[in-house]
Amino acid sequence: MLTIKNLTVAYDDTPVFSDVAVNFNAGKITGIIGPNGAGKSTLIKAMMNLIKRESGEIAYNGQSIKSVQKKIAYVEQRKELDLTFPIDVFDLVLTGTYGKLGLFKSPSKREKLASKEALEQVSLSSFSKRQIGNLSGGQLQRVFVARAIVQQAEIIVLDEPFVGIDLQSETAIMKILKQWRDENKTIIVIHHDLNKVSNYFDDLVILNHGIVDYGPTQQVYNPQNMEKAFSADLSAVLFSKQEGVQA
Amino acid sequence: MNSIIDFFVALGKYDFLQSALITAVMVGIMSGIIGSFIILRGMSLMGDAISHAVLPGVAVAYMLGINILIGASVFGILAALLIGFVASKSKIKTDTSIGVVFSAFYALGFILISMAESSSNLHHILFGNILAVSDADIMTTTVVLGIVILFVVIFYKELLVTSFDETYAKTYGLNVQIIHYALMLVLTLVTVSALQTVGIILVVAMLITPAATAFLWTDKLSTMLFLAAGFGIVSSITGLYFSYTFNWASGPAIVIVAAAMFAISFIGAPKQNFFKLKRSVTQ
Repeated sequence: MLTIKNLTVAYDDTPVFSDVAVNFNAGKITGIIGPNGAGKSTLIKAMMNLIKRESGEIAYNGQSIKSVQKKIAYVEQRKELDLTFPIDVFDLVLTGTYGKLGLFKSPSKREKLASKEALEQVSLSSFSKRQIGNLSGGQLQRVFVARAIVQQAEIIVLDEPFVGIDLQSETAIMKILKQWRDENKTIIVIHHDLNKVSNYFDDLVILNHGIVDYGPTQQVYNPQNMEKAFSADLSAVLFSKQEGVQA
Repeated sequence: MNSIIDFFVALGKYDFLQSALITAVMVGIMSGIIGSFIILRGMSLMGDAISHAVLPGVAVAYMLGINILIGASVFGILAALLIGFVASKSKIKTDTSIGVVFSAFYALGFILISMAESSSNLHHILFGNILAVSDADIMTTTVVLGIVILFVVIFYKELLVTSFDETYAKTYGLNVQIIHYALMLVLTLVTVSALQTVGIILVVAMLITPAATAFLWTDKLSTMLFLAAGFGIVSSITGLYFSYTFNWASGPAIVIVAAAMFAISFIGAPKQNFFKLKRSVTQ
């Protein structure tokens, strides 16, 4: 179990949230939802030591997160990357092996085989020599999921993986997430399409500058919490079983 | 055509020209390789800054009679640290921080050099004086080339991953700061070597232009490194030929050749697809 206690993060002295406490369970796909600017990305970045925290303890099965850094795979938002970089699909997936290799070691046959297999799992073998800028959004997202596969991580964190991608890719990625769940990994997904919340996530963390609620999706995904995190109007629309809305 | 034959005849005859050619080729290789990482990291301005910021180090080394590489490295790293410090401890953006720090270092360098030496020496530092390369200079340049190649071979995967996706590198625990400052250190060494061939003002051109040209031709980093080194070599040799034949300053001659190769690639490289891009805009 991944536990966060007393987490406070501030940008320029303005706290994004303070004293956040939340748990992520192994063998579950946990969704993080909340309005724009609620601190979703900030929460996971602070958790992974990517940004400074004012306070907070983060532990994975009782060990400090720093000592288990190599057990985390992070699939960041695609827009944060330079898609003109001279790297092809296969070499990108291969960078997933770098963490375990450590300094001074180059990827050998074993690492290359793992990358090849990961590309097969996301059905992109025929694209392995393609420069990454020449892929669709969905294909690129699958490439990053393939990189997470070769990392053999225990905790996998994905930031808005389904934004702007085709349905085929979304289904393919969801299949991988379910495989990871069956392997008892901890999967954390920042998500914004509220329609699919009940289908996709076992657990849910509802965020709005602090934790609104968290727990099994069936319990916490309710009109009261949605009203607190988003608005009464949105909540009414979501739970009247009409055509969905996106927050 | 005759002038080319003359150039090679002279090359066989004059030691100074051989030394110049050897140095120019080595500088072409190292600046192409390091320059590739500089442009891929979006650090062209930083490359320019560091190459100028070594000037006070050159002056101090001259005054104290120590190796120029040591003086330059100290000031190059100092500038890189200061740029990072100012940007991270204030709301000032990195490019502004670079502008403030490097111009201050450059100015300091001018003052120190004018205190230390005559103006003719300053002229050589600014514009390069490849025909006056000594055997000791060749040795130093060879050592730097060795360091550059070792650095890139040993840390190839770290340089690749931090250039492409620094956030990811951080998540698996790589110390991206050390890689950054190591690259800055190697950059200062390359700068000092390139100083001899093209001078401080044009070092940035040797770093960026051959690398940018290589970028237009390939989608693979390793290929880009070889191509950039190749373009660096070709522009160095051709530039030296122009310099010898028409009595042009070596620095500008080399840089103009590099720029011409870039221009040709800009129009002709398949990846650049200049004509197709133009068509799609007019549609």
